Amino acid sequence: MSKLRPQKEYEKTGAFRFFRWLSGSKDPYVGEVEMKPQEETIIPESTILERMNEKRMMRDKIYDAENNKKLRLFHKIYIASAILFSFVLAGLLLYTVSCLPPVGNSANPANNEVPERYIESGLQETGAVNIVTGMILDYRAFDTFGESNVLFIATVTVLILLHNKKKSAKEEENDRIYEPKNDAILQACAKVLVPVIIMFGIYIILNGHLSPGGGFSGGAIIGAGLILYLNAFGFKKTERMFTEKTYKAICFAALTFYCVAKSYSFYTGANHLDSHIPLGKAGHILSSGLILPLNICVGLVVACTMYTFYVMFRKGDF
Amino acid sequence: MGVNLVANYGEAVAMILFVIGFMNLLLQKNLIKKIIGLNIMDSAVYLFLAEKGYISSRTVPIVVNGIQDVEAYINPIPSGLVLTGIVVSVSVSALMLSLTIRLYRRYHTLDLDEISMRLRKEGL
Repeated sequence: MSKLRPQKEYEKTGAFRFFRWLSGSKDPYVGEVEMKPQEETIIPESTILERMNEKRMMRDKIYDAENNKKLRLFHKIYIASAILFSFVLAGLLLYTVSCLPPVGNSANPANNEVPERYIESGLQETGAVNIVTGMILDYRAFDTFGESNVLFIATVTVLILLHNKKKSAKEEENDRIYEPKNDAILQACAKVLVPVIIMFGIYIILNGHLSPGGGFSGGAIIGAGLILYLNAFGFKKTERMFTEKTYKAICFAALTFYCVAKSYSFYTGANHLDSHIPLGKAGHILSSGLILPLNICVGLVVACTMYTFYVMFRKGDF
Repeated sequence: MGVNLVANYGEAVAMILFVIGFMNLLLQKNLIKKIIGLNIMDSAVYLFLAEKGYISSRTVPIVVNGIQDVEAYINPIPSGLVLTGIVVSVSVSALMLSLTIRLYRRYHTLDLDEISMRLRKEGL
């Protein structure tokens, strides 16, 4: 049986104070601790300016390249160590090259059964006379899809960095000042050259599976033709046929077609990349199944990308 | 030291080009020249890959006259890899050049030392 303590004695114990603090009926600090409201310390403006001046002087002294001996020493050491490192690297690489198997030897380890398979049965399996095209657009089509996406992402990044949507009249004026207007020689040359260049690019793309070339090189040539046209006739003429909308539509359509054409195999068990398109007679334009459409897709993406790069660096707007 | 340095002179040239590009990257202060150095390094890698795929007295891997013999053509795989490399290097160059344009618009200089010094002076 517990002893009932008198109220006064109980009030002295820690338990009583604890429960009182818990219930919040009495703040233990009020009346016990000396308290006063905090005043905001006001630093006079002159002190702030003084401190900023000091900091700036220190920085100027530290980063003054001409008078700071330590910085100059660091630069010298940096240059010396960079040259030394480069020479060591060159020596190491040359040593490695001297230990590699001789160039041009057919018994080298790189010439194993993989290129053998590509060469011996590439024509029957892909229908492409150009073995490299058959390799990159059939056996390794996903790799090429990744490349196209790399190009697309690079264009998107350049668009983010350089696109100025605000059509400030001043900037546009400046650009138009430096733009050669109606240069007779350039226009006459462009009239002859641009159709030929673009035709040549189309030829390279369409013959990608028959002769050297393909989507990437042909697309780059078409892009060069478009850039020549732009330089000769100015933005007003190209705006009629190529704007941001055109770029988005072409790139999106080409990449989507590529993706669908090559990734449907995931839904059919991911065991074979068979297109069910007849391979046709080797050496004809309409042969080798999916390779021709994929080459056209890659060429479109590359041509638009080259042109967009140029326009973005030139003006920042289509 | 191996014995094939003279036989591999193409690869040796590629390595020297690579180091020239790398020195450009380290020692040039101008950002555009740094990017040019990186492109030289890219070219060195393409040259190295092309040398790796070459087999003497054989022709390009395009089937002519229906000959499908391994003994007739060079290795096609390094050619495909060079294609990948070229595309990636174009993308990287464009990205770096656009970043350089942004830096120039902000600081009105292409000197990397000056840009970093001004960054420090601004207290960033």
